[in-house]
Amino acid sequence: MAVKVSLKVNGKSVSAEVEERTLLVTVIRENLRLTGTHVGCDTAQCGACTVSMNGKAVKSCSMLAMQAEGADVMTIEGVAKPDGTLHPMQAAFKEHHGLQCGFCTPGMVMNAIDYAKHHPDPTEEQIREALEGNLCRCTGYHNIVKAIGAGARAMAAGK
Amino acid sequence: MHAFKYHRPSSVNDAAALVKGEAKLLAGGQTLVQTMKLRLASPSDIIDLGTIKDLAGIKSDGKTLSIGAMTRHADVAHSAEVKKAIPALAALAAMIGDRQVRAMGTIGGSVANNDPAADYPAALLALNATITTNKGKHEADKFFKGMFTTALAADEIITGVSFQVPRRAAYTKFKNPASRFAIVGVFVADFGGSVRVAVTGAGAGVFRQADMEKALAAKFAPESVANIKVKQDGLNSDMHASAEYRAHLVTVMAKRAVEAALK
Amino acid sequence: MGAPLIGARVERKEDYRFLTGAGQYTDDVELPRQSYAAFVRSPHAHAVIKKISMVKAKASAGVLAIYTGEDFAAAKLGGLPCGWLITDVNGQPMKEPPHPCLAQGKVRYVGDQVAIVVAETQAQARDAAELVEVDYEVLPAVVDGSKATAKDAPQLHEGAPDNTCYVWAIGDKAATDAAFAKAAHVTRLDLINNRLIPNAIEPRVANGSYSRADDSYTLYVASQNPHVERLLMTAFVMGLPEHKVRVVSQDVGGGFGSKIYLYAEDVAVTWASKQVNRPVKWTSDRSEAFLTDAHGRDHHTIAELAMDKDGHFLGMRVKTTANVGAYLSTFASCVPTILYATLLAGQYKTPVIHCEVTAVFTNTTPVDAYRGAGRPEATYVVERLVETAAREMKIDPADIRRRNFITAFPYQTPVALMYDIGDYNATMDAAQKLGDVAGYPARKKASEAKGKLRGLGYAAYIEACGIAPSAVAGALGARAGLFEAGEVRVHPTGSVTVFTGSHSHGQGHETTFAQVVADRLGMPIENVDIVHGDTSKVLFGMGTYGSRSIAVGGTAIVKALDKVIAKGKKIAAHLMEAAESDVVFENGAYTVAGTDKKKMFGEVAFAAYVPHNYPHDKLEPGLNENAFYDPANFTFPAGTYVCEVEVDPETGVVKIEKFTAVDDFGNIINPMIVEGQVHGGLTQGIGQALTEGCQYDASGQLLTGSFMDYCLPRASDVPFYQVDTRVTACTHNPLGVKGCGEAGAIGAPAALMNAITDALGVKDMPMPATPQTVWRTLKNKKAA
Repeated sequence: MAVKVSLKVNGKSVSAEVEERTLLVTVIRENLRLTGTHVGCDTAQCGACTVSMNGKAVKSCSMLAMQAEGADVMTIEGVAKPDGTLHPMQAAFKEHHGLQCGFCTPGMVMNAIDYAKHHPDPTEEQIREALEGNLCRCTGYHNIVKAIGAGARAMAAGK
Repeated sequence: MHAFKYHRPSSVNDAAALVKGEAKLLAGGQTLVQTMKLRLASPSDIIDLGTIKDLAGIKSDGKTLSIGAMTRHADVAHSAEVKKAIPALAALAAMIGDRQVRAMGTIGGSVANNDPAADYPAALLALNATITTNKGKHEADKFFKGMFTTALAADEIITGVSFQVPRRAAYTKFKNPASRFAIVGVFVADFGGSVRVAVTGAGAGVFRQADMEKALAAKFAPESVANIKVKQDGLNSDMHASAEYRAHLVTVMAKRAVEAALK
Repeated sequence: MGAPLIGARVERKEDYRFLTGAGQYTDDVELPRQSYAAFVRSPHAHAVIKKISMVKAKASAGVLAIYTGEDFAAAKLGGLPCGWLITDVNGQPMKEPPHPCLAQGKVRYVGDQVAIVVAETQAQARDAAELVEVDYEVLPAVVDGSKATAKDAPQLHEGAPDNTCYVWAIGDKAATDAAFAKAAHVTRLDLINNRLIPNAIEPRVANGSYSRADDSYTLYVASQNPHVERLLMTAFVMGLPEHKVRVVSQDVGGGFGSKIYLYAEDVAVTWASKQVNRPVKWTSDRSEAFLTDAHGRDHHTIAELAMDKDGHFLGMRVKTTANVGAYLSTFASCVPTILYATLLAGQYKTPVIHCEVTAVFTNTTPVDAYRGAGRPEATYVVERLVETAAREMKIDPADIRRRNFITAFPYQTPVALMYDIGDYNATMDAAQKLGDVAGYPARKKASEAKGKLRGLGYAAYIEACGIAPSAVAGALGARAGLFEAGEVRVHPTGSVTVFTGSHSHGQGHETTFAQVVADRLGMPIENVDIVHGDTSKVLFGMGTYGSRSIAVGGTAIVKALDKVIAKGKKIAAHLMEAAESDVVFENGAYTVAGTDKKKMFGEVAFAAYVPHNYPHDKLEPGLNENAFYDPANFTFPAGTYVCEVEVDPETGVVKIEKFTAVDDFGNIINPMIVEGQVHGGLTQGIGQALTEGCQYDASGQLLTGSFMDYCLPRASDVPFYQVDTRVTACTHNPLGVKGCGEAGAIGAPAALMNAITDALGVKDMPMPATPQTVWRTLKNKKAA
């Protein structure tokens, strides 16, 4: 049966008529056509679907759209400034070559931004621990870890 | 995912009234939604507890620490109150899944699901917790009934968990390399005079290790447990860890938990 | 003109779109009137299909159509072809049993396609797929390659007795046996190279679309080589003319080999789109990816190395059983032969080598090339043997390697390849220094003081990349050419669009190739765009695999650039009223030697498109050139890896303390990107050695069918790597490049297992070295 879900996505109020069994990621990708949020697994390990919900990084493939009713969601498309300038975390990924195929990248960035808000100067070990829920098959994590450290420090410096 | 009917009750009683047939309660959804996606569970109805007020929160009076059922793992991990009362519990919460999962997953959901490799059941059992529901109270010792089974009635909903504050405690976890669930997790709690040791991951459900409790009550030191051999009988055996390896790890993790508790 | 771009750490042009969610992966393509497909797959490893009932499924909401193998047979769709013919030891062609897109009569592995369901939504397609009732008669299955040829083993294919695809051999057997007869010492190992599941984070997707307007098809597919996909699909399966089929693979989220092949789903959605007259999209979920993406490795090998008393290698004897799975995937046959046995010389002067390979069918997912493809298996054999030999001979493992290194080039190996250049002592020296091997004894002592075991292991690998000289490949059985194509389209105002047959699915070609083009044409990199992944735009292409893109694809572009510059020179000569032979092109400008006459490249381009003053009698207008490049030889990247581990004997946990990689990739275009490729390759190699092991149960059920059980390395499983390069430029391509995509995955498993066996003090142990396996190995050692 179709139900209506209403939420805020990237600052804009949106609603969609969906089947009750619809996942949040499906609403984001298919109803809103925000295809930067990806699906890489079906057991909540890969983290490619990570979005920010009410300020916290969550896996949008692991929740029903109905669980996001009234929530404030930000996807990768909402991260850069309106003029297109990259967020400091995005810029750090670019500078440190923290991405290759780019498929896991939106989830990595969304998790990293949330993490860096609480950890302005993380150690290598802390960053690796924070990436427990994000899989990357291309980079070997080396440059992702470097990028997140640099991005966190740039965020803390208010860049 | 199969189709179902979705409900958003506004109180625990309303939620309980909706429970019938193949209905399922949805807390954080970090296990249930996956299971439904893989079409391994096909509930007729989903009763979302997410919008019921007052189910989340943390309170401590120095002797007991109470956590509301819908409190997220991340909130327990970061809570100053939990860190002060039972730092081992905050540390355990920080070891569940990953940070995205911890932002959604709840203590009530974890306890009700009673996954044999979940972390919280070890804490509940070792900290002699009381599980409060819409129908009454359960002692942890009588609550966990083995794999995915608890003392909860079908329409019984957990509202909170109260832990006894120990003198000292620690949880050590040997993770499954792939899933990061516990292959063996050992929670050791010293109440001064009595010690409780709870083991998760190793068996069909969380259990207490009496030999270790006795040895540690006599002397709370790593060497008290270092040579206790755990019986393999009844322990899980899978491609990641045989019963023999799990039995060995229970001893190693217990020893390391005691070391950590003494730090 | 600024500093040269070749060799510079240029930030990637593709990153902005990936970082802002603007990438266009195949699943992001949603066509008007889109419909969705789900596949009914076999739950059994081996069974006869007795009956398929679709009554309930067809009545399910939103269903448009359901097709089975019978429909495909009636439509005369062919099976999936294998692109490489191996000739066996008796001169007979390998056995190529039919590989139907949808099973016909029999299923041969869990996940084998039985039917395609097309519906209005993805959820409806999946709902209906569950309602298709298939009556199976379950047959016994064989899973283990080394048991497939047993007399009582279940037989998979009528045309392949003893489940044998081929028995193939290379090298001089008699000479090798003679070398062993006079050896002072023989080192012998019985090795398993564990089966791996590729797991690109983007699952496969195929979206087929038929147009009645012009009777043409478009297939959007996550592929590493769209032209090859089109060629195989049109010519061998569907019998369609190529000009009626367009294949598009824009942004692809990782491949590692698994997206080279033509898969049944690609054909099925394309064909179905005509039947239902709507676009049909199938998006694999991860569970399907585990079951159906071509797996990698799966060798069982007995290897022997003969030495004289001083540790000089006299000969090598290798016998391998390669499990190719239930059917031959697109390049399955060449992986355990041409890409494996020819690399068994490694970096060493071993004078005689003999290798025999038996390829067998089993009731498992087809196996094909996965990052490294044959070369990791070869390196594992060679480098585990060499390290073990050093221990047995009590020679330092670096010294035994140095004693046997090839030092004079070109070098003809006894297993067909001709190495053009290399300097193996240079990479060994650099790796020992960077990895502080001198400080190892002190670190080992410190570990022991903590109750930990420490070990150090080397791997000195070589690989054959830049695949491949077509004539050589053809002689070895390839059914395709292996050249590459490129086109340089200069626009009237002087900016450039370059079309390449190489395909980027993470490698950063849009940047690396643009660096080459901008440097050659003396223009800013912003003026160059690289286009790939669309058969309607790119003239032709063989795609990306075997670390071939820069060496073969890059060279094709350079050849096209040479033509552009040459034509520009004629135009410039005309404009400057000079003799063509006096015109020089440098830093983006044509000049006449000894004068101040100068025409910028952009001016020449403009003249080519606004040819008012133009040598019309000699030249066509326009400035647009293409080139096809067929390499003269393989390239031979090589290097030394040093790995140091610390093992917790109580739990069996292995921690990688240091991992040092020094590679020789020839000249380097973008060191930042090269380092990234090494990091990623190393992590996949570490995955093979430490965490990843595909497991089936005896009935053929995949036990490691999700990330809950198949352990992809996470950030906390790996360290920061120490990487560096040494350069001997490739002698036979103009850029002097060799390729870097696979090296890490090739060298890392041997280095890691050499380190772990060193730490544990055992001769061998199986990969992956999971905590349980390490603990058990130590326990068995103690008991022995």
